[in-house]
Amino acid sequence: MSLLSPQSIQRIDHEIAKYPADQKRSAVMSALRIAQEQHGWLPRELMASVAEHLELPAIAVFEVASFYEMYNLKPMGRHKLTVCTNVPCALSGADHFCESLKKKLGIGFNEVTADGEFSLKEGQCFGACGDAPVLLVNNHTMHSFMTEEKLDALLKELKS
Amino acid sequence: MALLNIEVDGQTTQVESGRTVMDAARQLGIKIPHFCYHRKLSIAANCRMCLVQVEKAPKPLPACATPAAEGMKVSTHSEYAVNAQKAVMEFLLVNHPLDCPICDQGGECKLQDMSVGYGGGASRFKEEKRVVANKDLGPLIATDMTRCILCTRCVRFGQEIAGIMELGVGGRGEHSEILAFVDQTVDSEISGNAIDLCPVGALTSKPFRYSARSWELTQHDSIGAHDGLGSNVVVQVKQNTKVMRVLPNNNDDVNECWLSDRDRFSYEGLNSADRLTTPLIKENGQWVEATWVEALQIVADAFNKIKDVQGADALGALVSPNSTLEELYLAQKLLRDLGSHHIDHRVRQSDFSLDAVQTNIPWLGLPVAQWPELKSCLIIGSSLRAEQPLLAVRLREAVRNGAQINLINPFVDDLAMPVAHQLVGTPSQLPGLLAEVLQAVAALQNVTVSAALQPLMSHAPSAVAQGIAESLVNNSSCALFLGCLAQHHEAYGTLYAVTVELARILKAPFGVLGEAANSVGAVLAGAVPHRGPLGTHNAPGLDAQAMLSSPRKAYLVMGLEPELDCANPAAALAALKGADFVVALSAFRGQTPNWASVILPVAPFTETAGTFISMEGRVQSFKGAVAPQGQARPAWKVLRVLGNLLELQGYDFESVDDIRAELSHDLKALTKNSLGNELAAAPALKVRASLGTIERIGEVPVYQTDALVRRSPSLQASRLGSTVEVQINSALASRLNLKCGQNVRVRQGQGVAHLVLRVNDAVPDGSARVPVGHPLTAQLNDANGVVSLEGAS
Repeated sequence: MSLLSPQSIQRIDHEIAKYPADQKRSAVMSALRIAQEQHGWLPRELMASVAEHLELPAIAVFEVASFYEMYNLKPMGRHKLTVCTNVPCALSGADHFCESLKKKLGIGFNEVTADGEFSLKEGQCFGACGDAPVLLVNNHTMHSFMTEEKLDALLKELKS
Repeated sequence: MALLNIEVDGQTTQVESGRTVMDAARQLGIKIPHFCYHRKLSIAANCRMCLVQVEKAPKPLPACATPAAEGMKVSTHSEYAVNAQKAVMEFLLVNHPLDCPICDQGGECKLQDMSVGYGGGASRFKEEKRVVANKDLGPLIATDMTRCILCTRCVRFGQEIAGIMELGVGGRGEHSEILAFVDQTVDSEISGNAIDLCPVGALTSKPFRYSARSWELTQHDSIGAHDGLGSNVVVQVKQNTKVMRVLPNNNDDVNECWLSDRDRFSYEGLNSADRLTTPLIKENGQWVEATWVEALQIVADAFNKIKDVQGADALGALVSPNSTLEELYLAQKLLRDLGSHHIDHRVRQSDFSLDAVQTNIPWLGLPVAQWPELKSCLIIGSSLRAEQPLLAVRLREAVRNGAQINLINPFVDDLAMPVAHQLVGTPSQLPGLLAEVLQAVAALQNVTVSAALQPLMSHAPSAVAQGIAESLVNNSSCALFLGCLAQHHEAYGTLYAVTVELARILKAPFGVLGEAANSVGAVLAGAVPHRGPLGTHNAPGLDAQAMLSSPRKAYLVMGLEPELDCANPAAALAALKGADFVVALSAFRGQTPNWASVILPVAPFTETAGTFISMEGRVQSFKGAVAPQGQARPAWKVLRVLGNLLELQGYDFESVDDIRAELSHDLKALTKNSLGNELAAAPALKVRASLGTIERIGEVPVYQTDALVRRSPSLQASRLGSTVEVQINSALASRLNLKCGQNVRVRQGQGVAHLVLRVNDAVPDGSARVPVGHPLTAQLNDANGVVSLEGAS
């Protein structure tokens, strides 16, 4: 019994169509992204459904889902803030920035605030070192040259 | 293929283009340290232990992944290379717990050995080591994942050899770990090989765990006793008394370096509490222990009496095809010397129509080592992964080489490899389906099917049958095989005859997949009613089925559990219980007290010398690894003494060698000359419409093949061993108003079995998969009959 919604299946099939018919597995990252957008995170059964749809062993899907930072293997807050802590960002103050972010939200990495609004994740290079330090909201919206002021404004905006 | 000249450590050699530095070094007998490299697996090059110095290369290169090039000069043990290897070793040990004293791998660990050669005396790593949670991979494989060095051999084994990726690498970087999908165990029928492959103590044998050190064990070469392949094994024994484990012995012509879990873990049954250690006789209705002299005298007296009063025709013998050649030879010699030809080892077979027309010994038809070169094959009636786990591995290799696999089966079988065409029908439809393929092949080749088979040519071939025919015709190197489901089929003779005709038209080899360790040897030894040893033909005796349907007065039953091993358990038990006298030669007590008159404890294969002839005709003798437990004795000695007590001539064998010598001085040549699958004439055909509403598909579960396997607690606890269910398709389930997962009563004749129902659309409509050979279904009768199903609370 697939847990993927008809809409998700339609979107995944669209991704599968981009690859040769015998290489369905190429669509695994897109499929996991779509599944996560549907459910917010990737429970076991949902990964199994993705595997079934792509005709892959479940563990092969899990390998990908556990490798990449942007897949949530447990429930996250409504807004997932991912901060890059790799060298260029760290040199530009990401470390301090993370500390104040933790204090402001009252949570550590990979945790969710009590109200379920925010969660914090440590990210690897987003490929925007010139904009360091960078912060990513829900895998999609990048915020460059982060400062305390910008952060306060962002949190306020997200909460509303 | 172009040959390249390459120099390794000053020695020159030639390798084919595309081979690696590692291949060249191995060719020269030079050992390069490695962990992730394995000759049967794909190249991963992730352990980096095989770094070597290559002239003009700017850095050390991994030997396993560096293609050989013309004029390449490699140093594997130069200071430069060794420094690189030592550096890699230091990194590998950074996160390794170094808990060798409490590690089961200690003494047979590649990392331990290698760190003696390349490791430092002390670690420079002062930081915290990583810890990885252990995984529950089931009852066969124990895990200590902190020891893992992430070589990924186990992962590649699953993907490439077992055909199912059950393990993978989760996480990334320092958080990488080997695991199965959430909450899943490793359920492959050849999973135990991952234990051998693991170069460290991360994956170890759960049944063997903490019970012995490798240096305490003595090694005894032996032969796998549970399928027809004749896998070469090493039986490891502690203190000369107890078999502690069984490992594969490398033989590239047979099992390569692999072993099925059935052959690997069945040894647990050797030490079962159910082992018989003393002869048992009945006194006033009570079973009491007896001496061998007493027990054997009772048997001799009873046989003599029944022979004198009822005639030799009243004697019959049912013997296990897993017995040794010598045991089988003596059993039939005893019976025939007494004047009876009623002996058979084919206890699961129900159609014996071939006996009249088959002069030679049916065999595999093609050596196992040639399977990977097949370009197309058709397997008829086989749950291949359960029947022949390592033949499935060979087929997977063939598929990688481009072969097309075609199946005709009573259910859609998952071979864990791509299958080109699969023709599925109820058991009674199988001959018709095979005939469709024959018809299509004949049409493609423009030949006429022999007149004898014309009655079968009624249906126009289906698209799938046409596909199979084209696959066989278009690939010159093709072969046909009849599996155990075909051999147990009620129209086996018909299936066989059609296969013979197919093979004739295709000019292709064909054969039968040997069910047991000595299926070929048993026929050679004469443990069949129609053919004496050396092919001498006597007036045919009664076959395994006839011996039960027209019961004898006395039986000799060797190595069998009739209530599980016979095609019709109910009929078998009725015949045995109704007999005046039954002597059981058995390693296990089991249900023997319910049907035997005298019980003689005999040694299983690890406790006797003997010979198995594999399905490819390979004659393999072995010696006992340990002395028989208690008063148990090798069955050949028991039969020998029985011969003396019966005052028969020629029972003075001192050893199994003497018995073999009586059979033939050149057993290999005799076997070679005796093999042959051709028929002298067409057998009587069986053409029958559907049997009835629900046809039983009675397959033998993978871990119910014989008494020893049934007594291995770990195999029985595994998912394959513990899953016993009746399977029907959803259409039949809805007609019967049954739901997946509910308890059902399966009725057949007077018998009832209580099983869990699984709805599985791999089963054709109108049939039900109800396993045979299992205690839960022992009350049922014919493996090929019809059953009825009803819901139970």
